[in-house]
Amino acid sequence: MSFLELEPIRILVYLVGICAFVGGNAAYLVLAERKGAGRIQRRPGPNEAGWGGWMQPFADGIKLLAKQVMVPPGTDSLLFRAAPLMVMAPPLMCLATIPFSDSLVARNLNIGLLFVFSFGSINVMALMLGGWASRNKYSIISAARVVSQSVAYEIPMLLVVITMLMVSGTMNLQEIIVQQGGGFWHWNLFKVWVNPLMPVTFVIFFTCMLAETNRAPFDMAEAESELVAGAFTEYGGMGFGVFFMAEYANIVVGCCLATVLFLGGWQSPIGYLSGGLWGLGWFLLKVYALISTVIWIRWTFPRTQFYSLLNLSWKILIPVSLVTLLLTGAMLKIPLLFR
Amino acid sequence: MITSKESLAADSPDHAPHETFVLNLGPQHPAAHGVLRVLMTMDGEWIQRAEPIIGYIHRMHEKMGENRTYAKFLPNTSRIDYLSAMHYTHAFVGAVERAAKIEVPIRAEYIRVITSELNRISSHMVWWGALLLDLGGFTPILYAFDDREKILDLLEGLCGARLTYCYYRFGGLCNDADDAFLNGTRDFVKHMQPRLKMYRDLVTDNIILRKRLTDIGEISAELCRKYGATGPVIRGAGVAYDVRRAEPYSIYPRFDFKIPTYPECDSMARYLVRMDEMEQSLRIIEQALDGITAGPVMAPKVPRVLKLPPGDTCYAVEAARGRFMVRIVSDGKDTPYRVKLRTPSFSNLSLYEEASKGMILPDALAMMGSLDLVIPDIDR
Repeated sequence: MSFLELEPIRILVYLVGICAFVGGNAAYLVLAERKGAGRIQRRPGPNEAGWGGWMQPFADGIKLLAKQVMVPPGTDSLLFRAAPLMVMAPPLMCLATIPFSDSLVARNLNIGLLFVFSFGSINVMALMLGGWASRNKYSIISAARVVSQSVAYEIPMLLVVITMLMVSGTMNLQEIIVQQGGGFWHWNLFKVWVNPLMPVTFVIFFTCMLAETNRAPFDMAEAESELVAGAFTEYGGMGFGVFFMAEYANIVVGCCLATVLFLGGWQSPIGYLSGGLWGLGWFLLKVYALISTVIWIRWTFPRTQFYSLLNLSWKILIPVSLVTLLLTGAMLKIPLLFR
Repeated sequence: MITSKESLAADSPDHAPHETFVLNLGPQHPAAHGVLRVLMTMDGEWIQRAEPIIGYIHRMHEKMGENRTYAKFLPNTSRIDYLSAMHYTHAFVGAVERAAKIEVPIRAEYIRVITSELNRISSHMVWWGALLLDLGGFTPILYAFDDREKILDLLEGLCGARLTYCYYRFGGLCNDADDAFLNGTRDFVKHMQPRLKMYRDLVTDNIILRKRLTDIGEISAELCRKYGATGPVIRGAGVAYDVRRAEPYSIYPRFDFKIPTYPECDSMARYLVRMDEMEQSLRIIEQALDGITAGPVMAPKVPRVLKLPPGDTCYAVEAARGRFMVRIVSDGKDTPYRVKLRTPSFSNLSLYEEASKGMILPDALAMMGSLDLVIPDIDR
């Protein structure tokens, strides 16, 4: 144990661990998505490569790696190459503060929540740069959509996060989880005595997360039937592959955050068996349950229209999240007046 | 590389307020369903002008009709609109029969109605899946193709072809329908009715779909008349125009069916018209299956090489996309003097430029999906 506590080695181990976690998740979530889509659409999905399709991510990866990275003439080649890096780095950074169990966290920052959100918002910049640098009209339309969508959905998301901050009183993700210990009725999702609208808050957070990660039904950035492939139209080979992996990495981060904030992180739903590997198991179980919901939604609903997407944010989500914010504030403060 | 000077010139605020750009949508674009090219002048995401450019798959069907015998041209008709091939062969066969005054046996007429209506359902299923694909819903097309597959299997058992049927012949059919087909069709009707209800619950009543289609893409009856739009497009504008009623052909007057119309003129109206049409087609098939009698399926003594008497004949059918009409001008030889094909998709596309003005791009593409264009049918 003392060996792992050496700072440089600790950092290295966590770096490799997080990269492997993100890489493995991105690769196998693509497969899970395709298998899930197959199940919903009553077809087998990929089943040729390996045992029942389990080697498909490797086949895809090798194919993408073997392709030449084309930089089309007329593009801003520096930004064009930088965009895939910028889209992949933020989710890796975010995972550094996510507590996977009571002891498994790379950096237990006191401003963990702020850290995650500040890095999470870089993702948009990367998509915008990629779209802009491609010098393709479809990509530019997509880039413009991404920015306005992201601005619109960051507001209700942050309002929800402020609500959660008022409930927990800390930005340290580990502490937020510790507060939710002792059975599922202590999870923030079910804390209706703090705020009767808490489940609504979770739904708002989840919706915003879908929009922020550009997932269906809010996949305005890709919108393949309108914008060909949106911001990624000009990308091929691994450039496209990185964008694709980053989408899943962002979903993982989003679902991790939803688990931490609302579903009690690594806390067991029954009150005990939360420590060590059990905690890791509970955490991953909750995260993957949320991820399967994300996949399920994508293959069930058509895409929303762009302005109804913005209307949803500005006319419904923002007012409702403001109400929950005020309500939570009142519920927390009013009892103090009568003390 | 863009030089900074160019970039600055493009970014100048003097340019910006009135700046538009041209978006070349197609001929290879995922929403164009084939090789349709639309040149769009865009103001941001708003369309100022959308000019459809056609002709990428022009195959000179009309000219081909004029330099070969009637029988040789017959298979061509099913390649014009490959999704509703039965209706197209029906129109050509009907025109020739009308000109040559060939009486078609009643059993053949019944089977023609059954196969035509099956074809209408299969065509609408493709449209339905493709429209949902345009709207970003990936799953319905696989369900639609599942149902369509059943129809294709039935028709394959009947005439050997799955897509471009050449089943109707001058004076009847190429072979009789066996019990397997009739029973299979009966089973299909029983299978399809609950499926349509499921689609209504799962897809038609979906709030996202409703928001994407309702009050969007208005095509008024006036516009339809101006450009000659027919089929579900004009019925979605509240006009109960259906060739099966307006210019009755075959034995359609014997059947009791409604012409679904919706006066809203929006994309949703056209969607609902087609969904209702599938139910009406099922009703027609049921009645035809009950009414069918034994008998010959080919008129006696149809000459091998047809020579139509000199004259001008028209025959229109209600194809899946609207009114398809064949006009044959004969000068008494074994090849026609002129074959004119009036295809519905061509007229339905013509109104696109006027109807899409001022629309936002995703809505315009949803409207294009609701027109149910088949590009070979436009270019023919």
